[in-house]
Amino acid sequence: MRNISEVMLVGLAAFFALLASAFAVDSLFQTHMAILCFILAGSTIILLRRVEFASPDGSFPEPDTSGYMDEVIRYGAIATLFWGIVGFLVGVVIAAQLAWPELNLEPYLNFGRLRPLHTSAVIFAFGGNALLCTSFYVAQRTCRARLFGGDLAWFVFWGYQLFIVMAATGYLLGITQSKEYAEPEWYVDLWLTVVWVAYLIVFMGTIVRRKEPHIYVANWFYLSFIITVAMLHVVNNAAVPVSFLGTKSYVAFAGVQDALTQWWYGHNAVGFFLTAGFLGMMYYFVPKQAGRPVYSYRLSIIHFWALIFLYIWAGPHHLHYTALPDWAQTLGMVFSIMLWMPSWGGMINGLMTLQGAWDKLRTDPILRMFVISLAFYGMSTFEGPMMSIKSVNSLSHYTDWTIGHVHSGALGWNGMIVFASLYYLVPKLWNKQSLYSLKLVNWHLWLATLGIVIYAAVMWVAGITQGLMWREYDDQGFLVNSFIETVSAIHPEYVMRTFGGLLYLSGALIMAYNIWRTIRGDVPETVQQDQPSAVPAE
Amino acid sequence: MADREIDEATGVETMGHEWDGIKELNNPLPRWWLWTFYATILFSIAYMIYYPAIPLLEASTPGISGQTNRTALKAEIAEADAAKAGLVKRIAESNLETIRSTDELARFAVAGGASAYKVYCSQCHGSGAQGGPGYPNLNDDDWIWGGDLEAIYTSIKHGIRNGEDDDARDSLMPAFGSDEVLELDEIRQVVQYVLQVSGQEHDAERAALGAEIFGDNCAACHGDNAAGDQDIGAPNLADAISLYGNSAERLEAQIYNPQHGVMPAWQTRLSDETIKQLAVFVHSRGGGE
Repeated sequence: MRNISEVMLVGLAAFFALLASAFAVDSLFQTHMAILCFILAGSTIILLRRVEFASPDGSFPEPDTSGYMDEVIRYGAIATLFWGIVGFLVGVVIAAQLAWPELNLEPYLNFGRLRPLHTSAVIFAFGGNALLCTSFYVAQRTCRARLFGGDLAWFVFWGYQLFIVMAATGYLLGITQSKEYAEPEWYVDLWLTVVWVAYLIVFMGTIVRRKEPHIYVANWFYLSFIITVAMLHVVNNAAVPVSFLGTKSYVAFAGVQDALTQWWYGHNAVGFFLTAGFLGMMYYFVPKQAGRPVYSYRLSIIHFWALIFLYIWAGPHHLHYTALPDWAQTLGMVFSIMLWMPSWGGMINGLMTLQGAWDKLRTDPILRMFVISLAFYGMSTFEGPMMSIKSVNSLSHYTDWTIGHVHSGALGWNGMIVFASLYYLVPKLWNKQSLYSLKLVNWHLWLATLGIVIYAAVMWVAGITQGLMWREYDDQGFLVNSFIETVSAIHPEYVMRTFGGLLYLSGALIMAYNIWRTIRGDVPETVQQDQPSAVPAE
Repeated sequence: MADREIDEATGVETMGHEWDGIKELNNPLPRWWLWTFYATILFSIAYMIYYPAIPLLEASTPGISGQTNRTALKAEIAEADAAKAGLVKRIAESNLETIRSTDELARFAVAGGASAYKVYCSQCHGSGAQGGPGYPNLNDDDWIWGGDLEAIYTSIKHGIRNGEDDDARDSLMPAFGSDEVLELDEIRQVVQYVLQVSGQEHDAERAALGAEIFGDNCAACHGDNAAGDQDIGAPNLADAISLYGNSAERLEAQIYNPQHGVMPAWQTRLSDETIKQLAVFVHSRGGGE
């Protein structure tokens, strides 16, 4: 019988979750473990139905393992889209809650619980699934090798979804260790560690058994992302649980050491998760979509090593003018400034890869999406070093400027490159001639771009307004504004930000429709015989 | 390498590798990119020489500027303090009435008081000093402990019922209901009387009965005509303003088992000059006597 050991393992895990719930020392752990038990029991039943029995002669029909392993990537693509829409929706909800506080529904749906749900959903669920599935796709093609480890890739995929669901339900229940972007408690962290090590094994193994003489640049970036995130996750989440049957744990660091560890983690989540990993995506999909060689091999080497060497030191810029010693603030700032050109190296290599193919921008909305993504990447990697300068930071810190900065990176760079990569991937993964509609891709592109521009612009205005109001003195030398006055002043911007987010979300919904029709095999409405259908840039 | 070819569109040589159809060109690093990178490195080195940067065993390198966050902050605060020093000194030396009646001092005191108010007072009394249930409105002329400059100053300085200042204002209304001094029905009659004297809708018959009970139990503090007594902090009941609300229900609750608000003694946290400025600011809100 095939699959039976998996059934037994997951079933056993469900039983242990039930025990953990029964003997829990706090009610939150009890509820959380009951949820886990429910999920695992459901998975056991699904797996049971997939158990294969030997045919009468005692042989199994052997699955074909000669080609690339693409089924898991198909699942990953759907998961990316699904979590993306969940994340954007929660983002719109919390934006509305900031504009209209009555929308806080206590206790499960208040801002404090939904905010980590939003950030984790977009970064780890949407971005993470995009990284998982594209890295599996890219590694196989650029190594000319099937994924290493057999069904281990399936464990990575489903294990990661379990991590997401446990993190998300934990947030709604109010379980958090209060570390930004690392809110899940110790038991969820441990699970992610297991999954991540499996991911590393699959990815490394695939590279080791490659049939190409060299490792392609995209894989350097993916590998640096996987290794560094493992290190960041383990160190920042070092904690001692109060009980092995309870949610609460105490982190290993205290005071300013904890703050520095947290922002070393937090900044490099941006640097390695959202930058290095996504550059891996860029280095495969942009040359493929443009049909052009990568602009400069030398630039890719120099900017890769400069980027990963410099990024890891830049975290202290999140702690300017705090209890962090001056020397650490100085280093955080100068490493951020030196990071400017290494970051731009990726943008240059991406944009210049279009050399000789710029004309395709007129007809190919997917390529246009890549270019817009790279443009936002360039903008936010200039803005970041600028905001790390202490005198700029003294104005921008704690204001919505930071939020605007993060979103021009996340919506513009990360979001757009994932959308474009999925548009490239889906027809290939499902063996379709083309997407259902390039026109809808164009609609998605402009709705999303408009949404980002509105979002970033109003957050600049809001952030600079509030920053200036905080430091406003009257002619007698006294501070003018109370905190609440500075909040009321930016209410219009909060409303407009919600609108910008709504545009972005609606673009993603159009994408979901388009992808669904493509997978279903619906014929493009304007197929021309020999050339891809053209969509004007306007 | 032998298999390097020339890319047709750009005329640049490729590196001779290919992955899933992707090749790489052998373009050099863009000059501007490289020089800008060098420039950021040079800037960083200069910055690290100028400011504290390298951690050593005991402390970090101090940087030739000798400047840290703390010294910079200290210098800024000292500069701001120096700019205000003259007027702050005159506030310290002048009495409240002089401050209020001297244009230059009054302007300074109102601005400084407004600024301090936003930090220390607005949480309870509201950002517009409009108050709320349990927190007096500071814009009107209905004062519980007095509305002249000295009375306001004393209320801020020592606070009310805070247990941390021996000179804090203190008053305690008995719990007529929960201590069983009056029957519930008697309390309700008193409520009708209070509604009557504060000009609200009431039952005249029951108000007349309430007036008698009021005379025996309440007038000692609140006065025969319910006009209150600011010396002992007994509120005026003959107006339509009540700290805890003036509906029959709220009045009944306040007589049955009264709430007693607390205000901190600000002299433990603020300088005397700041308290004077706050007094002048509150006095200037419109209700000052």
